[in-house]
Amino acid sequence: MTTAERVNPSSLPGFDDAIARFEPVMGMEVHVELGTATKMFCGCSTEFGGDPNSQVCPVCLGLPGSLPVVNGTAVESAICIGLALNCDIAEWCRFARKNYFYPDMPKNFQVSQYDEPIAFDGWLDVTVPGADATAEPDVYRIGIERAHMEEDTGKSLHVGGATGRIHGASHSLLDYNRSGIPLIEIVTKPIEVPPAVAPAVARAYVTELRELIKALAVSEARMELGQMRCDANVSLRPVGTTAFGTRTETKNVNSMRSVERAVTYEVRRQAAVLTEGGSIVQETRHWHEDTGETTAGRAKEEAEDYRYFPEPDLVPIAPSREWVEQLRTTLPEPPAARRARLQAEWGFTDLEMRDVVNAGAMPLIEATITAGADAAGAKKWWLGEISRTANERGTALEDAGITPADVARVEELVAAGSLNDKLARQVVEGVLAGEGAPDVVVEARGLAVVSDDSALGAAVDDAIAANPDVAEKIRGGNMGAVGAIIGSVMKATQGQADAKRARELIIERLGG
Amino acid sequence: MPSISREEVAHLARLARLDLEPDELDHLSGQLDQILGAVAQVAEVAADDIPPTSHALPVTNVFRDDLPRPSLTPESALAGAPAAEDGRFRVPQILGEEQ
Repeated sequence: MTTAERVNPSSLPGFDDAIARFEPVMGMEVHVELGTATKMFCGCSTEFGGDPNSQVCPVCLGLPGSLPVVNGTAVESAICIGLALNCDIAEWCRFARKNYFYPDMPKNFQVSQYDEPIAFDGWLDVTVPGADATAEPDVYRIGIERAHMEEDTGKSLHVGGATGRIHGASHSLLDYNRSGIPLIEIVTKPIEVPPAVAPAVARAYVTELRELIKALAVSEARMELGQMRCDANVSLRPVGTTAFGTRTETKNVNSMRSVERAVTYEVRRQAAVLTEGGSIVQETRHWHEDTGETTAGRAKEEAEDYRYFPEPDLVPIAPSREWVEQLRTTLPEPPAARRARLQAEWGFTDLEMRDVVNAGAMPLIEATITAGADAAGAKKWWLGEISRTANERGTALEDAGITPADVARVEELVAAGSLNDKLARQVVEGVLAGEGAPDVVVEARGLAVVSDDSALGAAVDDAIAANPDVAEKIRGGNMGAVGAIIGSVMKATQGQADAKRARELIIERLGG
Repeated sequence: MPSISREEVAHLARLARLDLEPDELDHLSGQLDQILGAVAQVAEVAADDIPPTSHALPVTNVFRDDLPRPSLTPESALAGAPAAEDGRFRVPQILGEEQ
């Protein structure tokens, strides 16, 4: 057990104090569930949310005599991920059995890859915002050790314990629908960056990797659904030394923000242990989203305890160079290059683009522009009204209830003069509230701008009659007073007047 | 000649979550040693020009199309389970461990 279990975070040194004495070295392990239709070694569906044990067969239940056959699409996806991470692709590699006794794998082993990963020795550039808003962003090259193929495990439900955790449980219930779903595990080389930016670099790496996976369309990589899961290895060494310290592995840190927080916490915790003369135990640790702390899990089993050996039921994989090069031609534009291109096309500043990317709005703005809107208009809605609503409801932007085509239509109505800004906002509100497409909301709420001269003229006449003093000033040549009459017209029409036409009508009547 | 120590067998038993009595450990250590000895004979006949292999056939790249096939029903999947609950396999308490 560690010497600093369940420490009071306020007793830990601050992050800046910790890195004044120690440098963190990080390693990230990310598991990505591929979006194939079937499992890695059998034809069972990978669809999420089925009844327990309704997507299982003798292969993924590990029944005697069953034989696995590799999913060719999963291998293609693995090669594409490797290529996109600038890796070498193995000319020949095998699967291996990772033996462990735990009911989440009914076979008592997991089929994985050991010393022969399909992809190895690559890199991914990640960008961290500069020290202030005007500074150039800093780019760090993260080395990729390997990307290998394996299969996911089943889901355990622990019954009888207080918190759903194993501790105190009387028994466990297993659903093997997830068992055998293809996983790609991507492992970095040790990440050594300036200590002050280490947590931000960890976050940026996971963010960029997720963008890459999504761009490759090999997985939706939704962390909240467990389609992408992150383990963060952290060790400390005294400033000025080069040997790595003992590391801990914090498991299942499953959001971008949590990655940054978990690394920060481990740096502070380990600094406290080392400063008090203690030593770091090599162990897995659990991340607690609510408190922002990690707690000790199991001591890390040594690799040889898994007794890896080549999987005898599967033949080797030997991707031909022709196949690899053919797959390379299918790779999409890398996300970083795509961001740079779109930023230039849209004329956004670095800061504006960062807001767009952080909000997850880039593809939505792109689609809105494709549907006819201009960049500034598209950004205004997605980062304004729609972001606010999505945040309030706790949903993703794309699930807020409005489409890029809807937003483009609202902008089109504004450009045509049928809506002013205030009315447009009401239309967007209506669409977000589920009242229908923009034209339906305009119709149902009667939101079209009043610009026909008879209706508007009557409102103008009323406003002039109600404000004789102001009218007199305008007659006397004080054009600044026109605004007051327009305000009165807008009030009388509940904001639906065409302000520009109203001004013209006022000047017509009062001379100018 | 290979030999597996009693300590190694005890370690393997722990990894496999088997609770072995001392006499069982003695008995199994001897048996495992014999099995390893039998397998080791392969090394005696393998010449230097024969590379190690994990598979009997010189075959690579056997792939399946990514097309779903019918699964078992939950009922048949659970039919052979010693215990089931709520459509899931029920297993004893997991020794206070978490993977």
